[in-house]
Amino acid sequence: MKLNMLVASLCWTSALAFAAHAETITIATVNNGDMIRMQKLADDFKAKNPDIDLQWVTLEENVLRERVTTDIATKGGQYDVMTIGTYEVPIWAKQQWLLPLDNLGADYDTADIIPAIAGGLSADGKLYAAPFYGESSFVMYRKDLMEKAGLTMPEAPTWEFIGEAARKMTDRANDINGVCLRGKAGWGENMAFLTAMSNSFGARWFDENWQPQFDQPEWKNTLDTYVKLMNDAGPQGASSNGFNENLALFQQGKCGMWIDATVAASFVSDPKNSTVADKVGYALAPDNGLGKRGNWLWAWSLGIPAGTQKAEAAQKFVSWATGKPYLELVASKEGWANVPPGTRSSLYANPEYQKAAPFAKMTLDSINSADPTKPTVKPVPYVGVQFVAIPEFQGLGTTVGQLFSAALAGQMPVDDALAQAQQVSVREMTRAGYIK
Amino acid sequence: MARAVSTRRKIGFTIAAWAVALMIFFPILYTIITSLKTEPEAIAGFSLIPSGTLESYFAVQSQNDYFKPFINSVIISVGSTLIALVIAIPSAWSMAFSPTKRTKDVLMWMLSTKMMPAVGVLVPMYLIFRDTGLLDTRLGLTIVLTLINLPIVVWMLYTYFREIPGEILEAARMDGASLFNEIVHVLTPMAVPGIASTLLLNIILAWNESFWSIRLSAANAAPLTAFIASFSSPQGLFWAKLSAASTLAIAPILIMGWFSQRQLVRGLTFGAVK
Repeated sequence: MKLNMLVASLCWTSALAFAAHAETITIATVNNGDMIRMQKLADDFKAKNPDIDLQWVTLEENVLRERVTTDIATKGGQYDVMTIGTYEVPIWAKQQWLLPLDNLGADYDTADIIPAIAGGLSADGKLYAAPFYGESSFVMYRKDLMEKAGLTMPEAPTWEFIGEAARKMTDRANDINGVCLRGKAGWGENMAFLTAMSNSFGARWFDENWQPQFDQPEWKNTLDTYVKLMNDAGPQGASSNGFNENLALFQQGKCGMWIDATVAASFVSDPKNSTVADKVGYALAPDNGLGKRGNWLWAWSLGIPAGTQKAEAAQKFVSWATGKPYLELVASKEGWANVPPGTRSSLYANPEYQKAAPFAKMTLDSINSADPTKPTVKPVPYVGVQFVAIPEFQGLGTTVGQLFSAALAGQMPVDDALAQAQQVSVREMTRAGYIK
Repeated sequence: MARAVSTRRKIGFTIAAWAVALMIFFPILYTIITSLKTEPEAIAGFSLIPSGTLESYFAVQSQNDYFKPFINSVIISVGSTLIALVIAIPSAWSMAFSPTKRTKDVLMWMLSTKMMPAVGVLVPMYLIFRDTGLLDTRLGLTIVLTLINLPIVVWMLYTYFREIPGEILEAARMDGASLFNEIVHVLTPMAVPGIASTLLLNIILAWNESFWSIRLSAANAAPLTAFIASFSSPQGLFWAKLSAASTLAIAPILIMGWFSQRQLVRGLTFGAVK
C-alpha cells in the first residue's frame, strides 16, 4: 500500500514538474467554422507536442485587427501566433513586425502552397504567414432559375451576360432577385467586391504615381454598371447587405446569382441550412474581355509577431495547423468537404476532395486567375487585388465605400460619389505623403 | 366623476408606463427570442415566435467555456466597485460637508474625464499596462475600471451626501466622534440607500464595459464582454449564437437587478421629495 502511494506520488510529482515546464502559446483568431474546428482538433497537436500548451483568443474580425495591430506595434507580446489576412502581411513584413517562416520543418512542403496565395503572403521571397484557408470569389447561381430564364451560364461569363441573366431571372412577385451583391460600406465589404469588379473594367485605385483615379471613365463605367444592375435586379435594402446577409438571401432561394467568396460554396450547398443546396452552379467571376476578371484573393493566415519569446513553439504550431497532415486529420474526423480550402495544390489533385467538393476546380481556377502583384489592366504601384496594401487603405477604403454605398441607396448620384471619392483620396494621399 | 377621471388617468399612465418599459426591454427580449432560434431562422427576418431550440446555447458552451469569463466579470466588476467606493466615500464626504471654493471645479474636472474618447488614450494605456505587466490580468482591468467609473461614483455619492443635514454630523462631532467614526458609523448608515444604488449601478457599468476589457485582456482575464464578441463571425451565420452568448452574459446582471430593484429605485430617488 505504502509502495503504491509512493509510486502515485512520484507520478504526480513528475506530472506537475512536466506541466511546469510546458510552454504556453497564445493564438489570436477569428470566429469562423474552420478556425473553430482547428481548436477542437488541437488535441492532436498536444499529443504530438506535449511540451506546448495552447491558449485561444477569439475575436470579431475588426476587433482582432485592431488588437493585434496595437499589440504588434507596441511589442505588447500578448500573442505568439496571430490570424492575419492578405492585406496585413505585406505591410507588416515591410515593418519587420513578423518573423519569416523559415523553420516550419523538413516535411512542411512550402512548394505545395498555391502560388497565388503564397505570393500574397510573401515579401522579398520569404514567406511571412502560412495560409490556413484561402479564397477567391466566383459566381454562384441557381441552375433552375437560369434554365427558366432560357439561358445557359458559361464557365467564364462576361458582365454583359450577368446583367442580362440577372434581369431575366428577377421575379419581384415571387421575391426573387436576379443578383445579390455586397452593398454594405466597408473596405472589406462593398469595396472588396467593387475593387475586384473595377479591375475587370480596367479601373485602378491609383496610377503609377499614386494619383487617385476615380475621375477616370473606367470607374464611372464600373459604378454605373453596379448601381444600375442592383437597381434593376438586386434585393431591397442592398446597401446594408454584406456577406452574411447575402448568404441568408441565397440560402432562402431569394437570389438568382451571388458573386462572392468561394468559401460560400460550402454554405450554399449544405442541405442542412440551404433550401437550394441541390440547385447551385458555379462559374468564374465575370470579365469584360480586358484580361482581368472581377475576382479577388484572400487568405486567413497564421503569422508570428517579431516580439514573441516563443518563436520555436509558435512555428511548430503554424506548421501543424497549415501542413498537409492537418488536412488529412480534418478529412478523417469530419470529411473532405470540411477541409480548409484554397491553400495547397495537392488538395485539388485529391480525387476524394474533388468528389466531396464539386466546386473545387472552379475555386482553384478562381484563385489561380487572381494575381495580387499585377491586379489591374493598367500598371499600378501597389499589391493587392481587392485592396491596396498600404496602411492608409483601411480608412480610405471605408470612406469611399460609404460614398458608393450611398450611391447604391440612391442618396447621391454616381457622379457625385465618384467626385467625392476622388477628392477624399487626393486629400488623404497628399496628407500621407504619397503625392505632393 | 372626479374618481372616474382619476381611474382613467391611472389606466392611461399604466398603459404608457408599460409601453415605455416594453420599449426599453424589447432589445433584450428580442435577443432572448433570437437565442432560441436556429441560425437560418435568426437571419430570416423579424419574428417573435422562435422554434425554441437550445442548439445555440449548446454550441456556445461547447465552443467557449462560459464560466471562466463569468468569474472574471464577477471579480473585475465587484472588485472595481468596492475599491471605487472606498476611495469615493471620503472624497464625497469631504466635498459635501467641507466644500471649498474649488470644490465645484474639482467635481467638473472629474466629470470631464468621462468626456474624453477612450480610444485617444489607448496606446499610452497599453504601453503602461505592458511595462507594468498588467496586460491580460484581472488586477489591471480592476484598476482601469475603478478609475473609469470613479467620477460617477464620487458624483452620485456627493449628491446623496448633500441631502444629509450637516447638523447631524456636527452633533456626532460634539459627542466626541472621530472623523473615522463620523464617516463609518454616522454618515454611511444614513446614506445606505444611496451607497447601495451607487454600488449596484457601478457593478452594472463595470459588467457592461467592453472597450477596455476587450482591448486589455487576452486569454486569462477576458470577461463576458470579450466572450460575447468572440461569437461574431465574418463569414457564416452567427446571430443566434451571438444572442445566446449575450443572454448568458446579461443573465446574472438582470437577475441581480431584478432582486435589488427596490433598493436601486430607493437610492435613485433618495432625497427627491425634499
